[in-house]
Amino acid sequence: MTQHAPAIETIGISKIYGSGNTEVIALREATMTIQRGEVVALLGPSGSGKSTLLSSIGLINPPTSGQIKIDGKVVMDGPKPFVNLQRYRRERLGFIFQKSNLIPFLSAIENVMIALSISGIEGRPAKRRAMELLDSLGVAERAKNLPSALSGGQQQRVAIARALANKPSLLLADEPTAALDSKLGRQVMELFREIGHENQAGVLVVTHDQRSLEVFDRILHMDDGLLTELEVANSKPK
Amino acid sequence: MNLAIRDVRFNLGRFLLTAVGLGLLLMIVMGMGGIYKGIEEDAVLLIDELNADLWIVQSDTRGPFAELSRLPANVEDRAWAVPGVASARRFVTHTVQREYQGRSIRISIVGLSWPTDRGEWLPIISGRTIAQGHYEMVADVTLGLGVGEHITLGKDTYHVVGITKNMISSGGDGLAFMSIADSQAIQFDAAGEATRLERAARRGRAEDDDITQSQPGMLERANMPASMNPAFGSPMVSAILVNLKPGVDIEIVREVMNGWADVTVYSGEQERQLLLQGPVDRARRQIGLFRVLLVAISAIIMSLILYTMTLDKIHDIALLKLMGAKDRVILGLVLQEAFLLGAIAYVLAYFIGKKLFPFFPRRVIVTNDMLVWLAFAVMVICIVGSALGIRKAMSVEPNEVLS
Repeated sequence: MTQHAPAIETIGISKIYGSGNTEVIALREATMTIQRGEVVALLGPSGSGKSTLLSSIGLINPPTSGQIKIDGKVVMDGPKPFVNLQRYRRERLGFIFQKSNLIPFLSAIENVMIALSISGIEGRPAKRRAMELLDSLGVAERAKNLPSALSGGQQQRVAIARALANKPSLLLADEPTAALDSKLGRQVMELFREIGHENQAGVLVVTHDQRSLEVFDRILHMDDGLLTELEVANSKPK
Repeated sequence: MNLAIRDVRFNLGRFLLTAVGLGLLLMIVMGMGGIYKGIEEDAVLLIDELNADLWIVQSDTRGPFAELSRLPANVEDRAWAVPGVASARRFVTHTVQREYQGRSIRISIVGLSWPTDRGEWLPIISGRTIAQGHYEMVADVTLGLGVGEHITLGKDTYHVVGITKNMISSGGDGLAFMSIADSQAIQFDAAGEATRLERAARRGRAEDDDITQSQPGMLERANMPASMNPAFGSPMVSAILVNLKPGVDIEIVREVMNGWADVTVYSGEQERQLLLQGPVDRARRQIGLFRVLLVAISAIIMSLILYTMTLDKIHDIALLKLMGAKDRVILGLVLQEAFLLGAIAYVLAYFIGKKLFPFFPRRVIVTNDMLVWLAFAVMVICIVGSALGIRKAMSVEPNEVLS
């Protein structure tokens, strides 16, 4: 893990919406680091700034100030990008959402292949890689099904496979278990841990689910835009 | 991976239904163009088929199609005498509406200058041309008459000996061809009682005149038919058609004829233009304007459909953007669907129109030029129509997936 630069590093990033009387500070100089292979939870009440942090790290909502580094390279300094954000999102980041957000007119395997296609990987290599991912996540037999024919858990697994397709250095998950029952939710959290460790990818999971916290290496907490780290008493050994 | 094809496959029913709707709209656009062309073609068809170099009509009129033209039949003899004239023939046209076998038919009668002109130039599809100077006619298929049928017009019964195709008057009525004598008999037909009353009136007027006191024979003649009375000229014709010998300068002959104070002479092309700028001009312009409106309406409807189709996918587009998809992927998705929709609608319009247009009461002529024009118009509409959807797709932020 130490051979690589951190998957993500934020240095004092702030996000301010509006100005003057309507100014809202969503992020207050948030500083954090997630190493490759590290699985981190981000807790906090609604409106605390979790999603803002996630979208800033995800290079879709630039911070007002502060630096974001991915794999040791400065990608944003304040709102100013230093790299092609589209390309960085494509090659370095994977996104998982509360809802699976699968494209309804593509089959499970095509939903994974589209991520590869966007990166320029087409045809047989794309199909092979997509099938491997679906197989590793236990949904290979549903590869040809449309999302509407899959259960919630299966849909989320396909979404995870899609997020992993381009071997990202950082996986960002926004309440990925909110739509699942507790058993399935736990399974998914376990899956994140496995994925993070096996793929040497940093994983940041925004969650409200307090029951699965022991699967995370670290737990961050956000309240009113302030980011703090919590002690983890019962985390599993890596 | 072609996203457009997959999206269409996923929403196939809705997509096809939309394509059918658009196809019908495009068919109407195509049909309007065809009707516009049909009016033009029908208007000049007879002029083109008669193929006269010069049209001699009543002095200072634009006749015989743009307005009424009457001139003595003997102008034909004068025309024959002009050097360079290869042939001259009389031309009569008028329209009648009669009941036939329980239905109403409108016939635009054209008189052929028998025996010079027997209608050999007519596009006969069954039967033959007229072979005698009386009681035979060639009818257009649109009149619904068959070879061998008999129809009574005026006091005489006419035998249909041949059928033509696409011989329509500028008013859209089917043409019937017969000798000039027969066409005039129909045109000037009067009831027996009317003739008797006219003769009685004529005698009454003659009795009031001094000359009939000294010339009693004139009083007797007033009772006789007009044809036996030298005081009455023969019925007028609508025009005299002149064809010139090869190599003869049309302007020289025209100048000679224009020297006659009782006629006006037009070239075939001038007669064509008089017709196009006269009776059919308003109908042509009206349909032309309606066609432009239809194209505009089609473009608006297509834009709305394409915009709605893009809106339906806006979340997926945001997701693709979040995943780092290049703009051309999004552009391709919207444009390919637009072109596919346009292409299917165009093909449907063509085939539905092909089946439907023959049932229209007037000719609908869809030419290859028009098909190419419409294909081009559909392509432009697809691009312009997609613009709104593309704008929306391009402006969507990737973080909308998170909301």
